[in-house]
Amino acid sequence: MSQLNRRRLLCSSALLLLLCNAAARASIIKGGLPWKPGSADPPTPVTPGGWHYFTAQEGATVEAFVDRLIPADELTAGGRDLGCAVFIDRQLAAPYGRSEGFYMSGPFQKGTKQQGPQSPDTPAQRYRKALAALDEACRGKFGGKTFAQLPNQQKDEVIAGLENGSLQLTGTDGEEFFKLILKDTQNGFLADPIYGGNKDMAAWKMIGFPGARYDYRDWIDRHNQRIALSPVGINAHPDWSQ
Amino acid sequence: MARKLPRKDAVIIGLGWTGSILAHELCAAGLDVVALERGPWRDTATDFPISYAQDELRYRLQHELFLRPAQMSVTFRNNASQTALPVRNWGAFMLGNGAGGAGVHWNAETWRFLPSDFVMRSHYTQRYGADFLPPDMTIQDWGVTYDDLEPFYDEFEYLCGTSGQAGNLNGAIQPGGNPFEGARSRPYPTPAMKQGYGHALYAKAAQELGYKPFPQPSGNLSRSYTNPLGVTLGQCTYCGFCEWFGCANYSKASPQTTILPVLLRMPNFEARTECEVLRIDLDGSRTRATGVTYVDSSGVEFEQPADLVILCAFALFNVQLLLLSGVGTPYDPNTGSGQIGRNFTHQTVSTALGFFDKAKFNFNPFVSAGAIGMCVDEFNGDNFDHAPVGFVGGGYLGQVQTNGRPIETTAVPPGTPAWGSKWKQALRDNYLSTINAGSAVHGSFQSYRDVYLDLDPTYKDRFGRPLVRLTIDFHDNELKMSAFLTDKYAEILERMGAKQVVKKPRKGPYDVTQYQTSHLCGGAIMGTNPGNSALNVYLQSWDVPNLFVQGASAFPQNAGYNPTGTVGALAYWSAAAIRSRYLKNPGPLVHA
Repeated sequence: MSQLNRRRLLCSSALLLLLCNAAARASIIKGGLPWKPGSADPPTPVTPGGWHYFTAQEGATVEAFVDRLIPADELTAGGRDLGCAVFIDRQLAAPYGRSEGFYMSGPFQKGTKQQGPQSPDTPAQRYRKALAALDEACRGKFGGKTFAQLPNQQKDEVIAGLENGSLQLTGTDGEEFFKLILKDTQNGFLADPIYGGNKDMAAWKMIGFPGARYDYRDWIDRHNQRIALSPVGINAHPDWSQ
Repeated sequence: MARKLPRKDAVIIGLGWTGSILAHELCAAGLDVVALERGPWRDTATDFPISYAQDELRYRLQHELFLRPAQMSVTFRNNASQTALPVRNWGAFMLGNGAGGAGVHWNAETWRFLPSDFVMRSHYTQRYGADFLPPDMTIQDWGVTYDDLEPFYDEFEYLCGTSGQAGNLNGAIQPGGNPFEGARSRPYPTPAMKQGYGHALYAKAAQELGYKPFPQPSGNLSRSYTNPLGVTLGQCTYCGFCEWFGCANYSKASPQTTILPVLLRMPNFEARTECEVLRIDLDGSRTRATGVTYVDSSGVEFEQPADLVILCAFALFNVQLLLLSGVGTPYDPNTGSGQIGRNFTHQTVSTALGFFDKAKFNFNPFVSAGAIGMCVDEFNGDNFDHAPVGFVGGGYLGQVQTNGRPIETTAVPPGTPAWGSKWKQALRDNYLSTINAGSAVHGSFQSYRDVYLDLDPTYKDRFGRPLVRLTIDFHDNELKMSAFLTDKYAEILERMGAKQVVKKPRKGPYDVTQYQTSHLCGGAIMGTNPGNSALNVYLQSWDVPNLFVQGASAFPQNAGYNPTGTVGALAYWSAAAIRSRYLKNPGPLVHA
């Protein structure tokens, strides 16, 4: 066999070889770099519409909550219109919501603050518990109204109460839930719009972040100059047609 | 019952930086080599292409390129009076996985240690007296000197194409470089990176204060480069999605961009991915490795016999495997006996935030790179008189801000509400005009009697093996040093013209949820005799001479620099000894 043919044969077989036992699995890589077309893994864009995890009631509560954490003002639309609740919903239906990838073996025991979270509850479970407890607390305090039914000022009072620990929730830690939903809301606000939040890159426009751009060689030497580049997302740019 | 496979000359555990270097060196020497990697194959076009590599949520927040704690984690406690608990999601450190290991997503900050770092105990004793070192501080001399390693630092830097400005060329101090560095035999292979406004302004202020700033040595290349193996890297584009991410430009030095394209074409090399080594197999005398036993992704066990075993996992897991395999004697902190697990260290990092007037300062923080930055080294190593300050060690002070990623890097002044319109306004008002370099103050971490690794008594991995247990807290020495260094860094920010500087010195207790670099070191340290180390100076196990253990687990204490440059140098130094001496006459290279 000529050198060229031999090299071609080696390269084409340099990939996924299965061992003799059909049950055994490993990638044996030999003779060249592996290459398999279609094996990249781009993110799947979130499409709005419906809830994948939340019930209708939970969705309404979270929409109301994110709309106070990120209120509509002269800087941006509110968190609901920016898609923050959709972002959280899709995340809870995804590996994040299931604590996939975390070490979730027992025994579970509370440790010191420095030892980090030790609960077996996943984010999805925590939201479900906390949203129910939140509405229960609101109904008790505000004559039967759920969180979403409160006027904005009272919503803000409730949120502040969770934040400083003065408002307790039954069966779950209100302060910890506040930290969780604040983090998820702000992540949705500032992440790539492909994940459902930061609609039209409103947050990026607000701060002046050009987004998923990747080449600033023309800018590294231009010190103290405003870079007027409109933001680009992984699958979105203001000038791209639909 | 494990199926026994045909014998190989060498089996390498882990295909990260050191696994790739050792595999290439041994294959070049003609050995038949197999590398076992428990993570997946990774490469640029499939795993971090330019179409979606720049995803903060997926890679920075959700850790997609890293080891998953579900596959393997560790337990942690501050001291022996506590019960260690699992690290259920990473925080204080991020652990690599897959082909290329952490070399895929590191910053690429590529430093050399100082000559004095290698002889710390004798140096401090000579200059300050033996009483200057706290009695429970277990630092020791390495057994190698900077001069021993200089050619191998050079070899690693030329493999990577490291971008920098030499400070000391064969004894002659060079303008614009680090005047404190050990002498290097030739310049860096590529020129230093360009710097952003925030980095350059820091250097100007540092100079005005009398320091000698220099560009951080960087494995994000300033220009395209072909290395001695014939592999070509691209030019860094200052994209700001560097550390925690793979590089889509082929411009970050990694095993993928420097070695693997050549290694994979060598007919005597084979990689098996998604294969986890369960243990190093030892013969009846327990002084010879017969190979390794591993399990593939469907749970089938295999025995891979080999004449030579090179352990190239991450530092923590090197120590775990040694303990699980019964190599050497586990360290007992009560008696001080046993070498495996002792002198475990991390890094003492801190920072200060600088808030500037947005009408006057626009730093464009998103124009950046993982190893960009301007540094001063006046307070590293023993570059300054320690007698008045009363602590051991030091670190560089660098304006090394790597990014303007919005979730990570939208700092707001203290007192800003955490939510609502005022929070949004503070983001808008500060995003472009804040200096926020996470590991700006990059301090050393000495070794102590009560900071160590061993096997956890309760928590297991998915195969039922004990997790490695970290017992670690800060000592007064490190906290005192951190306060001192952070003050000095803050002074430079003030000199830059910040309207508000918020100092964040490292405070105890050691917190496993707060990221503080992944520079975990020690646990299988090198030294001059079996009474003070697990390995000889060539990283050869004293207990099992056909086993070599690469990586920062060999460091007897950690200096005030990122460790990878020294890890690479030690890998080449060890490989040279294996090729020139061990292979010709297998057996102990050092008779102590």
